[in-house]
Amino acid sequence: MEQDSPILEVRRVTKRFPGVLALDGVSFDLRPGEVHALVGENGAGKSTLIKVVTGVYRPDEGQILFNGEEVTFAEPRESQAAGISTIYQEINLIPLLSVAQNVFLGREPRNSLGMIDKARMNRDAAEILERYGIRADVTAPLRSLGLGVQQMVAIARAISVDARAVIMDEPTSSLEAREVETLFGVIGQLREEGVGVIYVSHRLEELYEICDRVTVLRDGRVAHTGDLAELSRLQLIAHMLGRELSEVQEEGATGFGGEHETAREPVLVAQSLSQRPRLHEVSFDVHPGEVVGLAGLLGAGRTETAKAIFGAEPIDSGSVRVEGKDIKTGSPGAAIRAGIAFLPEDRKLEGIIPDLSVRENIVAAALPKLARAGLVSEKAQDDLVEEFMQSLGIKASSPNQPVRELSGGNQQKVLLARWMCMNPKVLILDEPTRGIDIGAKVEIQKLVDDLAAKGLGIILISSEVDEITEGSDRVVALRDGTVVGLLSEDEITESNLMALLAHGEDSGHGGQETREDADG
Amino acid sequence: MDSGARPNKSLDASTVTSWVRGRGVYVAFVVLVIFNLIVTPNFASVVTLSTLLITVSPIVLVSLGVALTIGTEGIDLSVGSVMALASAFLPLYLGYGWPVGLSVALLVGVLAGLVNGSLVAFVGVQPIIATLAMLVGGRGLAQIFAGGQSLPVTDPVILWLGQGRLFGLPAPVIVAAVAVLVVGFLVRRTTFGRYVVAIGGNRSASYLSGHPVRRTLLAVYVISGLLAALAGVVATARLGASDPSNIGLLIELSAITAVVVGGTPLSGGRVKVVGTVMGALLIQLISNTFIANDLPFTWAQVLTAAIILVAVYLQKGRGVV
Amino acid sequence: MSTGSADTEGLGGSPAWRERLFTTLQRRGAIVVLILVVAVSAVVFDNFLTEQNLENIVLQGAFLGLIVVGMTFVIISGGIDLSVGSMVGLGGILAALTVQVSWPLALILPPLVCGLIGFGNGLLIARAKMAPFIVTLAGLLGIRGLALALANEKPIGIGGSSPFDWFGQGQILGISVPVFFVIIAFAVGGLVLARTSYGRIIFAIGGSEESARLMGLPVDRTKVIAYTTSGALAGFAGALLAARLSAGDPNAGLAWELDAISAVVVGGTLLTGGAGTMSGSLAGVLLLSILQNLINQLGTLGSYAQQVVSGFFLIIVVVVQAYLSRKER
Repeated sequence: MEQDSPILEVRRVTKRFPGVLALDGVSFDLRPGEVHALVGENGAGKSTLIKVVTGVYRPDEGQILFNGEEVTFAEPRESQAAGISTIYQEINLIPLLSVAQNVFLGREPRNSLGMIDKARMNRDAAEILERYGIRADVTAPLRSLGLGVQQMVAIARAISVDARAVIMDEPTSSLEAREVETLFGVIGQLREEGVGVIYVSHRLEELYEICDRVTVLRDGRVAHTGDLAELSRLQLIAHMLGRELSEVQEEGATGFGGEHETAREPVLVAQSLSQRPRLHEVSFDVHPGEVVGLAGLLGAGRTETAKAIFGAEPIDSGSVRVEGKDIKTGSPGAAIRAGIAFLPEDRKLEGIIPDLSVRENIVAAALPKLARAGLVSEKAQDDLVEEFMQSLGIKASSPNQPVRELSGGNQQKVLLARWMCMNPKVLILDEPTRGIDIGAKVEIQKLVDDLAAKGLGIILISSEVDEITEGSDRVVALRDGTVVGLLSEDEITESNLMALLAHGEDSGHGGQETREDADG
Repeated sequence: MDSGARPNKSLDASTVTSWVRGRGVYVAFVVLVIFNLIVTPNFASVVTLSTLLITVSPIVLVSLGVALTIGTEGIDLSVGSVMALASAFLPLYLGYGWPVGLSVALLVGVLAGLVNGSLVAFVGVQPIIATLAMLVGGRGLAQIFAGGQSLPVTDPVILWLGQGRLFGLPAPVIVAAVAVLVVGFLVRRTTFGRYVVAIGGNRSASYLSGHPVRRTLLAVYVISGLLAALAGVVATARLGASDPSNIGLLIELSAITAVVVGGTPLSGGRVKVVGTVMGALLIQLISNTFIANDLPFTWAQVLTAAIILVAVYLQKGRGVV
Repeated sequence: MSTGSADTEGLGGSPAWRERLFTTLQRRGAIVVLILVVAVSAVVFDNFLTEQNLENIVLQGAFLGLIVVGMTFVIISGGIDLSVGSMVGLGGILAALTVQVSWPLALILPPLVCGLIGFGNGLLIARAKMAPFIVTLAGLLGIRGLALALANEKPIGIGGSSPFDWFGQGQILGISVPVFFVIIAFAVGGLVLARTSYGRIIFAIGGSEESARLMGLPVDRTKVIAYTTSGALAGFAGALLAARLSAGDPNAGLAWELDAISAVVVGGTLLTGGAGTMSGSLAGVLLLSILQNLINQLGTLGSYAQQVVSGFFLIIVVVVQAYLSRKER
């Protein structure tokens, strides 16, 4: 297969955005029947490359060849018609339409009168799903299905158009282990049919499991291309980070330091939080100076737990106590006044207020503290903003710059500043390093350490195993909205954690004991 | 992402366009004034100016409320009907003295705002639909309460609000100016103003920052209702009689135009108080220009429509880096 | 998610049966209410079910109905068209001005011109990415101004009984011509919406425009066609109304955009787009028309009460919609 001419070839493509060189002379090729991993940190240019290939963006320089011929796609529609299918990380389907309608949208089977043949459409859709081992009612509206199933429907749609090249952008981010297996089965079939697959993922294990070759992007340039089998994990990470191999080995992948001194009395006690069907009697506590990791697979109830504690979602029963006092549940205002801060997972949707300035974003939560009788004190506000922009190293042209113009890492720092200027007692961090570049990531991890050292109680949610194992002093493991185990300092290892998430405490893991008080 | 930090000292084309974008409404206003000074006879007179300011006052009042609702990514289409409601109720209770009559008229506006605001903030109805229902139903209610009639208003204090003067300034202009100052203060200096733009900019983020989202939304629609009722009182006082059939008819269109032309984006997250006033002045000046020069008035409407489109088109570009 | 990897009751979604109940209520609510209202009215009012009265109701709704067909497409696509009322005015004036030249022209020109304006609306919305609300609001102002200017702000009479009058006053197979046209419009509109790719794409755009674009669907073209259709139908409604009244009135169709939106929303179409039916919209038009008829029969209240009832009715429907969609979440 090595000798086959490539299906898709990108030659020295350059793409500029105002102030940013997103792609700088990138070359890339995809051969028939290969699974080609595309990796790099955020901001390396992966999404831009995909968007250039699929016609969302036009390259400023360079060529794209498809089946050996030069092509210019003006719209995603044209690349799709040519035979390039894309599965995006955020599921891009229509929630109100049925599964079958989504699969066939825009190319519905017709009857002799030119009208849509609904019966045939449903039948065909069921057949396609069946073929790839996906179980779902094809007449059900898409939004009634779980995220994993929705993602599988998106994949079914993409591969049912007889594509020559399939691009998968983080396809497993909302899938569970079993669904991932199904997906890998599908990829295997595609490979046999001679389809080329571009596979974008942060999960290294997956890359090694199914990819043939890898292209590493860094700062808009190709840092490495070659067979994946010849590359060790550490070498791959080194390419991605642009660091020397020895450096990576020494530091580990995260910026977390050692353990923290913790106090005796818990600062926060969550007692029997229930929100059916998502949470069942979740109980745990956090001590000052302690980082408690909330671990679990997608849908285990981590974000729901965080939102229940913060009052962002109403709960059916349970209580939240801060320094011994019950706080009103279901009200972020009450939680904030009690000293809880919450950095949400989705920075764009729930965090930043894009058109407002850095200044206004930083003081958003502190407004009541900065105001007397409803009047905002400009002086106190500017002092606060100045202090935190400096201490967190927020890179912005001025406090007046709209926050949407900042990089992901700096936006995240602005949100951290928003909460730190409240002097919180408990800080809940939901995926604090997702989607930000590696430099800012390490900085934020260090910051979490510092904050814990200063005596804050921190709840850390992360999908990255090393972030949980290296960053936490204790780990609470969730599965299906229930606490299934608790790891203390010396028990926190990747294998223990995996065992807990996979089987719960009853199955045991390497003979170590789990503490019983977690289930309260 | 250092594009925002780049010093931009040379006066290139893009600087000029972005300057015009931010201040288009002022530029247009100045151009129109100069045009009038040259073309319109007797334009530079106290009478012309005071007529312009008096006629624009009710529009300014309702526009301020509409600007607040648009700032929260909402809208208030019901302002014209609320004016009619206030107009209908004003003469009904004037027999108990002007304070009672005025209070009842304003209270009606507050109630309408409470209904709109509750539907938007607590039930989760889209603002455009909630206030559309009030637009349709409100005027009907006004006519029913007024018995389909126009009732005279004779109370001197109320009449002063529409026809009187203080230090030579027409009373409606004073009322509008006070409202502008109050709303401007609310927007710029208070936490309420911050909540308004935060909710319009990103409602979930605002909620998760502990902002009282529902209360703020409710307040915004109540303020809009109150300002519309005030505009209804002023308009009624100017006429000397209630007129629920015609007072405030289609004023929501002028108000939205004024707000948008004044630089407040329809997508919310920003409230331009001075811009809104200028927008109202601009559209009123357009009508006055056509009338003063004996041009068919309806073409003023066409021109206003074109101005809306241009304003929004330019606004659209501003969001992009 | 322990029940299975590809189960229909996954986390983050609600059970399918609840979804179905919601969808059914959403889609069929207006029809159920319509049947109830007709049944009650037939019992309470003696002359409700007379042929004359029923014909009145249907004819009353016919002109609005044409607009509603276009509006349904636009609203399901996630947009709104506020300019249709003014287009009715412009359409009537164009018909009145050209009928002396040639009566077929008086039928063709209004939908053509208004369709072109709708095309312009569509381009500004789809290509220039301007908000539908504001573009068509400008249309509402500008087109009305144009109609008034063309007519010198006075209605233009259509003298004599040209063949043109037949399109407003004549009958085909025992039904009024405008009613005949509106039936065709609903039938074709319903078919296109439910059974063609174009219809599915309209739903897709309303459901999630970004997704539709990334799925490679022709988003811009579809939107432009929707606004063009909406304009053309409004212009045609204006021409038929002029034929009915034997005059082009520049103020015809004033505030009809509100009635049309009410009818569509009452008919179960989500104002946010992505869901709705043509049959629901038809039920919505008939409901509004019957309400007006009933209030006329009650006599004493007059048109004021009708506005109050329409406003109240609209609120009830959207509150129920909001409640249902919240339940569902």
